[in-house]
Amino acid sequence: MNLLFFYSFRNLLARRLTTSLTAAGMALVVFVFASIVMLAEGLQKTLVDTGSYDNVVVIRRSSVSEVQSGVERIQASIVETMPEVAVGANGRRFLAKELVVLITLEKKESDSPANVVIRGISENSLELRPQVRLKEGRLPRPGSLEILAGRSIAGRFKNAGLGDTLFFAMRRWTVVGIFDAGNTGYGSEIWGDVDQFMQAFRRPVYSSVLFKLGKSSDFDTLKKKVESDPRLTIEAKRETVYYKEQSEMMAKFLRILGQYLTLVFSIGAIVGAMITMYAAVANRTGEIGTMRALGFNRSGILVAFLLESLLLGFIGGFSGLFFASFLQFFTVSTTNFQTFSELAFSFKITFEIIYKSLLFSLVMGFIGGILPAFRASRMNIVEALREQ
Amino acid sequence: MAPIVEIKDLTKSYRRGNQSIIVLENISLSIEDGDFLALMGPSGSGKSTLLNLIAGLDKADSGSIKVAGIDISLLSESMLAKWRSENVGFIFQFYNLVPVLTAFENVELPLILTNLSKKERKEHVTTALNLVNLEDRVDHYPRQLSGGQQQRVAIARAVVTDPTMIVADEPTGDLDRASAEEVLRLMERLSSDIGKTIIMVTHDPRAAKKANNMKYLEKGVLANAPEASFSECL
Repeated sequence: MNLLFFYSFRNLLARRLTTSLTAAGMALVVFVFASIVMLAEGLQKTLVDTGSYDNVVVIRRSSVSEVQSGVERIQASIVETMPEVAVGANGRRFLAKELVVLITLEKKESDSPANVVIRGISENSLELRPQVRLKEGRLPRPGSLEILAGRSIAGRFKNAGLGDTLFFAMRRWTVVGIFDAGNTGYGSEIWGDVDQFMQAFRRPVYSSVLFKLGKSSDFDTLKKKVESDPRLTIEAKRETVYYKEQSEMMAKFLRILGQYLTLVFSIGAIVGAMITMYAAVANRTGEIGTMRALGFNRSGILVAFLLESLLLGFIGGFSGLFFASFLQFFTVSTTNFQTFSELAFSFKITFEIIYKSLLFSLVMGFIGGILPAFRASRMNIVEALREQ
Repeated sequence: MAPIVEIKDLTKSYRRGNQSIIVLENISLSIEDGDFLALMGPSGSGKSTLLNLIAGLDKADSGSIKVAGIDISLLSESMLAKWRSENVGFIFQFYNLVPVLTAFENVELPLILTNLSKKERKEHVTTALNLVNLEDRVDHYPRQLSGGQQQRVAIARAVVTDPTMIVADEPTGDLDRASAEEVLRLMERLSSDIGKTIIMVTHDPRAAKKANNMKYLEKGVLANAPEASFSECL
C-alpha cells in the first residue's frame, strides 16, 4: 500500500506545474472558506469571552441587547436587594447599574462615521469584569466629565487617544485612561460615570444591571424569581449566554456567506481537479494497462487514481489553511448587526475549522477525481497497453 | 513432460462497425513446461492476440485455454487479475516501466499484490535485480537507464513473483543489436537454468533462434513457417 501511495504522490510531483495550479485553485477555495469561518469564529469568541459565567445581565424583557433595553431605577433596586446577588468586599452588593448609548465617531483611517458604544459604569463595573485592565492613564473621577477609551477605540477613532477630548451629548469629555479588555467586545467601548452619562444623554433609566451571583448554582432560582415577579418587566441571563446571543446573527450571516461563496468557488476548483485528473489518466493509459496486466484489479487502479486526487485536494487544503492561518494576526472591525455598534475582532482558527477545511478539500479532491479514476479503472487492458 | 499450456479450438474476432474480423481461428496448441516458444508470423497474423489470450489479458470468443490445469477462459475478471499476478510475468516491447518509480520499486510493484512482508519483498527484488545484473541501479529511475537496462528491469519484474510462465511481446523490438543480444541471453538463461516457460512473440529471426520451439501464425491460423524463416532461425 505504501508503494501505491508513493506512486500517486510521485505522479503529482512529476507534473509539478499542473499539480501546483490545480492545488492553488483548491487552496484559494479553502482559504476563502477558512477565512470567513475564522471571521465568524473570531466574532463569536470575542463576544463570548466578553462575558463571565458567574455574572448575570438583567435587561428589559424581549429587548435583544442593552442598547434597546431600559431598566427603571426602582426595578434595578429590587434586583439589588435579591439574596442571590453576591456581596462585595466592602459589604455592599457586587452589582453595577449601567447605561449603554450609541454615539457616532469618525474613524481615523477612512473618516467615515461608525457607531460606538458608550457605557456608563458604576463603582463595581471594573471589578465585575476582571478581563478589563487599565493600560494607560487613570480611572475617571466619579462626577466628572472624564472617560476611559477601550484600546480598539483609542487606536481606530479620531480624538480618542489619551488626553484627547471628545464632544458628544452636548459636552466635552476628556479621555483620562485607556483600558485593555483582551479579545473581548469591551475593547470597542467608551466608559464613563453612569450618572454623568444619564444626565448628559437625558436618560431616566438604566440599560442593564450586571451582578455576580453569590452561588453560581443560584441562577435558575434567581431567573425564576426575576421573571415571575409582577413588579418587574425584566429578564436575567448569564453574561456568557447574553453575549453569545449577541454574536449569533452576525456569525450566522458570515457562515452562510462563507458557505455560499465556497460552494460557488468549489465548483470551479472541482472542475479544475477533474480536468487535471482526466489528463493524468489520458497520459498514463499505457501505465494503467501495465498495472492491470501485472494483476492490479479495477478497484486497485480506482484507489490509486482516487488517492492521487485526494492528495491533490489535501495539498490544496493544507496550503489554503496555511495562508489563512496568517489572518490571525489581523484585527478587523465591523458593525455588529445585533447591537448596531462597531466591534473589533480577530480571525480565529480552531481545530474544528482545520479539520472541516481539510475535509472539505478532500471532498473536492474526491468529487474531482472519482470520474477520471472510474474511467481509468474501466479501461480495456489490451487497448490500454497499445497506448505507449 | 506434461503441457503447461493447452489451447483447444481457440477463436477470437474483433468487431469493426458492423463487420466482424476473425483474428484467430480454431487454434489448438500445447506448450510444454519449461519450453521457450517463439511465436512468429507477419504483422496482423494474430500472434500478439494469441499471446494476450494465453496471458489472460483478453477473452476468446470460443475454445479453451488451460494453464497448469486451470481453464482461464472460465475465470471472472477479478479472478483473472489475481491469476495473472500469480502465474504470468510480462516483458513488453517498450519495457512498460512506471516512470515515477525506481528500478527497485518497479520490480517490487507486482509483489505488493502478494502477502509477502516488506523484508521478504526486499529479498525477492534484490535477487531478481542481481539475476539481471542491475544490483547497482536499484535507485535509478527508468529515464536514467538505457533501453537495454530498462528491459532488464522489466525482466526482473517478470520473474520476481516466480510465475508459471513468462510472456514477452517483441522484447527486442526497441533495442539495438548489443542490448537485444543481452536481453535474449538473459531469457535463454531463464529457460535453461531456471526452467521457466517462456512464450515470446517476435519478428526477429535472431530472437527466435534463441527459442527451442517455434510456431508460425498466418492469417489467424497455425501454419508451416516459410523456408526462409526456418533456415534463418534454426
